[in-house]
Amino acid sequence: MSVRYIDEFRDGTLARTLAERIRTEARPERRYHLMEFCGGHTHAIFRYGVPDLLPENVRLIHGPGCPVCVLPIPRVAHALQLALDHRVVLCTYADLLRVPGPERETLLKAKAGGGDVRMVYSASDALAIARAAPDRQVVFFAIGFETTTPPTAVVLKQAKALGLANFTVHCNHVLTPPALAGLLDSPDAQVPGALPLDGFIGPAHVSAVIGSRPFEPHVERYRRPLVIAGFEPLDVMQAILMLIRQLNEGRCQVENEYTRVVTRDGNVKAQALMAEVFELRERFEWRGLGELPASALRIREKYAGFDAERRFTLADTHATDNKACECPDVLRGLKQPTECKLFATVCRPDNPIGACMVSSEGACAAYYTFGRARERRHVPA
Amino acid sequence: MCLAVPARIIELLPEGMARAEVGSVVKELNLCLVDDVEVGEYVIVHVGFALSRLEPDEAEATLALFAEAGMLGEDEDDTAVGRA
Amino acid sequence: MTAIKRAYPRPLDLKTGRVDLSHGSGGRAMAQLIEELFETHFDNPWLAQRNDQACFAVDAGRMVMTTDGFVISPLFFPGGDIGSLAVHGTINDVAMAGARPLYLAVGMILEEGFPLGELALIVRSMADAAKAAGVAIVTGDTKVVERGKGDGVFITTTGVGVVPPGVEISATRARPGDAVLLSGSIGDHGVAVLSKRESLSFETELLSDSAALHGLVAAMVEAVPGIHAMRDPTRGGLAALLNEIARESRVGIVVREDAIPVSTPVRGACELLGLDPLYVANEGKLAAFCAPEDAGRLLAAMRAHPLGREAAIIGEVIDDPDGFVQMHTSFGGNRIVDWLAGEQLPRIC
Repeated sequence: MSVRYIDEFRDGTLARTLAERIRTEARPERRYHLMEFCGGHTHAIFRYGVPDLLPENVRLIHGPGCPVCVLPIPRVAHALQLALDHRVVLCTYADLLRVPGPERETLLKAKAGGGDVRMVYSASDALAIARAAPDRQVVFFAIGFETTTPPTAVVLKQAKALGLANFTVHCNHVLTPPALAGLLDSPDAQVPGALPLDGFIGPAHVSAVIGSRPFEPHVERYRRPLVIAGFEPLDVMQAILMLIRQLNEGRCQVENEYTRVVTRDGNVKAQALMAEVFELRERFEWRGLGELPASALRIREKYAGFDAERRFTLADTHATDNKACECPDVLRGLKQPTECKLFATVCRPDNPIGACMVSSEGACAAYYTFGRARERRHVPA
Repeated sequence: MCLAVPARIIELLPEGMARAEVGSVVKELNLCLVDDVEVGEYVIVHVGFALSRLEPDEAEATLALFAEAGMLGEDEDDTAVGRA
Repeated sequence: MTAIKRAYPRPLDLKTGRVDLSHGSGGRAMAQLIEELFETHFDNPWLAQRNDQACFAVDAGRMVMTTDGFVISPLFFPGGDIGSLAVHGTINDVAMAGARPLYLAVGMILEEGFPLGELALIVRSMADAAKAAGVAIVTGDTKVVERGKGDGVFITTTGVGVVPPGVEISATRARPGDAVLLSGSIGDHGVAVLSKRESLSFETELLSDSAALHGLVAAMVEAVPGIHAMRDPTRGGLAALLNEIARESRVGIVVREDAIPVSTPVRGACELLGLDPLYVANEGKLAAFCAPEDAGRLLAAMRAHPLGREAAIIGEVIDDPDGFVQMHTSFGGNRIVDWLAGEQLPRIC
């Protein structure tokens, strides 16, 4: 028995069909450099071995769309302070537990050291914990792009309606279109030939929330086609085919492969909720990408009573990443993971040095976990 | 970038909640971000919240596009352009 | 029973009674606990002698010995509990050497305040599992720790068994060309346990696959005495097992995703939580490595046994100085199946 709307989109026979079509339509005299912005796509690409089905002149470049990877060290430090100094119940998604902060301290280690760190599947679980333990301060450490932001907004509204005195949110939500722009505006991107980037595979569930419309100005401005793709490997292949066609025909549009979920307008209700609870920060530091303007959210004044940054005094640290770490270049697609000296030597998923290795969505982690046999020419016996 | 899976609504519960099924496993989720969801419909679930409906007709259309790719001849064809 | 009634003023209160420090102190309370729970349920001539050790004769030959600690939470899960898990787990570790399990020893560490009724359920479950497997629990120990210093119950089981002559099963013996066989679907135990964890709770009919595998192993060894390697994919799942064998035998392994059985509820739960079934624990499955000419016969023997109905050949051992475990995905591309980095945690991304 198959899992509906998942298995059909992983079908091996259709994969071969699409692979053949891509091979036929990719013009042999040129190269196609396509960036998948979203960490979920990076994960899927390596987990299913999509690169094995692509011709040599179609190259996938891995983008920075991994909210765990781009969370700056000072923000991780806040989480650690909340758990260890303020002794709150620190609720977070599992993805965050192994991210190294200052001095390579992680929330998992903080938990071992006595911090009350709890993994939750949903923001609602954090709210439930707060309601069940009125004598403890509970902080939900919120991370994620626009996909994950509406649930946080819902929970903040619920907390306000309940008048909870012991629940706050530490908001680290970040935005996709500004990150895309930041990538393409960066000085390296301006050097001709430095960043060969012909088109983008656009994020699936971010687009489900914000719609495809927000990407239209980017395509206008940066003249690179963008195709929104679902998460399944067949979706990715189809999106690659659509990008190849756009590039061959000289078109430059936002197209939507993921029509079963994404519309041009997106989820208007979710957008309204986000706007009600959050507002733009003037600037926000992204690990590996530097400071990007209007790229992150903070909690509005109206919900100030539920803002952990206002309730707790949190010190700012100025920790920086290891000098040999090439994450900034990897996140921008300027380098492949294998070009970093630390990759697979010192820096591994069980000992991550930089942003790209900390989460299974990061380019380095995905490549290490699924793909590092790739550089060998291997023929099984 | 965010892990979200298609789930079939099997029961509506009070306060905007519902029970939904993925591969015979049933989980409670929050429907408040999507209006007027009915039993039998599919939604995309992310961290315990439905973010959007999944439209079965579009799913079938997309699958048909994949299959079509194998039926095209050597000449390039414009048919596989999804709606933006 | 009348003897017990005379020795103790009242029987153990299994309805409302709790473990207290006197149950571990070596006095009358502890003796009663042992008699009314352990001796009554485990019920064998060794325990009846009430020595601190069990004495048994051993045939000349090779013995195996193994030990395991069980700290699972929750203690009771769909398809089993810490007791049956402990018995099955240790029997399986003995069986993975191709050995026939003979006897078990049990050490229990109880937390002050643990309900006696639950303890009785666990002990009965251990007794049933041992009886069904034809293995006696011949000696044991009980300690009590203060409230807050133990998670209800911790169990350590030690098992001994004998290896038939001519059987040399070891993680170091897999060779290029060997077939890799799996006895059934993966991920059942881990998902069944996860479904009961707070904050992840989901509903499923899925049961843990916890089972004693020595009967299956006996049938396998009879069909193919020359099995090279065998192991059960417990913590870390099938991925850990394959990487361990690859490392110890200094080989590579290639498996096919299509050939690995995964039940629908396991797939549903893994999709929902962002888990990979390859890394999810199993307690009633095994993987075996044998020469290619023996694979057909071994597969038939496995499928003929109730615990091996879904057995499949999932891949082969190859020559690989890097020792990678690789998988041909059902999609058509390749990936490696790496060691798990830390504990597998559900993803949002």
